[in-house]
Amino acid sequence: MPVRAVLRRSFYQDSVVLMRVAAELRGLPGVREVAALMGTPANHEMLRSAGLATPALAGATPGDLILAVDAETDAQGDAALAAGGRLLEERQRVREATGRVRPLTVESALRTLPEANLAVISVPGAYARLEALTALRRGLHVFLFSDNVPLAEEVELKRVAVERRLLCMGPDCGTAYLNGVGLGFANVVPRGRIGCVAASGTGLQAVASHLAALGEGLSHGLGVGGRDLSAEVGGAMTRLALEALGADAATEVVVLISKPPAPGVLGRLDEAIEAVGKPVVVCCLGAGSRPGAPGRWVATLEDAARAAAATAQGRPWSPRSFEDAAAVRARLGRLERGAPPAGLLGLYAGGTLAYEARLVLEPLLGPIGDGAGDGHDGAHRILDLGADEFTVGRPHPMLDPSLRDARVREAGRSPAVGVLLLDVVLGRAVHPDPARSLGEAVREARALAARDGRALHVVAAVVGTDGDPQGLARQVEALDAAGAHVLPSNAQAARFAALALAPALAPGLLGAA
Amino acid sequence: MALESLLGQPLRVVNVGLEVFAETLEADGVSVVQVDWRPPAGDARLAALLARLEDDG
Repeated sequence: MPVRAVLRRSFYQDSVVLMRVAAELRGLPGVREVAALMGTPANHEMLRSAGLATPALAGATPGDLILAVDAETDAQGDAALAAGGRLLEERQRVREATGRVRPLTVESALRTLPEANLAVISVPGAYARLEALTALRRGLHVFLFSDNVPLAEEVELKRVAVERRLLCMGPDCGTAYLNGVGLGFANVVPRGRIGCVAASGTGLQAVASHLAALGEGLSHGLGVGGRDLSAEVGGAMTRLALEALGADAATEVVVLISKPPAPGVLGRLDEAIEAVGKPVVVCCLGAGSRPGAPGRWVATLEDAARAAAATAQGRPWSPRSFEDAAAVRARLGRLERGAPPAGLLGLYAGGTLAYEARLVLEPLLGPIGDGAGDGHDGAHRILDLGADEFTVGRPHPMLDPSLRDARVREAGRSPAVGVLLLDVVLGRAVHPDPARSLGEAVREARALAARDGRALHVVAAVVGTDGDPQGLARQVEALDAAGAHVLPSNAQAARFAALALAPALAPGLLGAA
Repeated sequence: MALESLLGQPLRVVNVGLEVFAETLEADGVSVVQVDWRPPAGDARLAALLARLEDDG
């Protein structure tokens, strides 16, 4: 198994650029595995476990680029390395051709753009505090995409931000919208009168996409990072963001998206919601309803969008299991039957969507495991494939769907899986066509199951809009053609998956026919 | 005052990290300066330590 590798000293490239290079090289003849990464300690570990470490790479530092290829022959490995070198040089050439001088620091960038009002920061987590602190001290709001930032650093950054009345969106903030401009992984949605405060990137994407389908748009979508309502952070940024939307003339209705706040934070959150002075819809996934509390508390991301749209449009609204029960009944009638019902496997790219599916399904199906498939989880499992344990040394599944596609195929071979539940997240800066390869994997998995005399029901929801580069309708069509059942929301997909496993749930979920 | 410097104002962005974000913003007509970021020499813990010394200084 010859491994060919090159080391380029002081040649920093960001992880998205490197992921694209690796993906290109994986498609070359004879190439079995590729690593294109910087020489960080975690990446050295990854190289060792992938069998791609060579003595020549041992001294690589975080500023040094590593290209390593495992190919069938030395010549094929060398050809792939040469191709990788050409891709990087081409990129460098295009960059230099713009003739723009690139400042080396935030400080010097501000000399080029003195009127800047926002820093978008996505450096590796270990370096994020330094960049974010510099930006905040220079009066910039911060969108902090970086993850793996220690909690104590988050507390410090947000304290500095609040003192200056600046937004520090994140760390680990996947998505935000400011003045109609999407930041990070954002769907293409219209501007409008609904303002969001979100502790979850995919949660914000889902609500923004549902709002677009309901004819509403966003004034702003302010991300706060997943830990903002923890006891340590105390909701510092959620409270500031709520205040900002309360004062914002373009915002008529506010939606708050989060997991449940820490008990000690709830009182301060209630006060902040009360102080908004506009209708507030609260979706703290897992918190349940809180009659009498300020704001309208709803159970799912879809319900958050529907409640907000109805409020803005002056319509009454109450939650329903399915928007179109007759269509669901018809779908259920078409499901192949015969084999005894097996378990549910959820394979998710969006962490919040996985969490929401679990909340919807546990009351219907009982406990649902989250393990890596060792068989000790009981009949039903939901995996968040974007979680750290699945993404070590790999890009997030929203960027690179290949890992999930492989697991979908695997599920076709497993008699334990009767229903597969999936999410697909569209938008800018994510994979250009996730449903194509996922559709192929679904088709293959269903064929494998059928060959063994089993039915495999595949249920999916797509988060996105027709304005997205991938096109919502095209993605739904590709999955549909592969035999997947695509429901209009993640919560509805989860309920449909439950019905596919346990038809006896129909009267409760669908009402009388 | 600072909050009003963002909401309702045109975005002007300093991008530090993934270039794909600068490319997307530019396509939206937002003014962006991309910082040519690279990891500080030495390891991250040392950089953090230096930053803290600076804070205290």
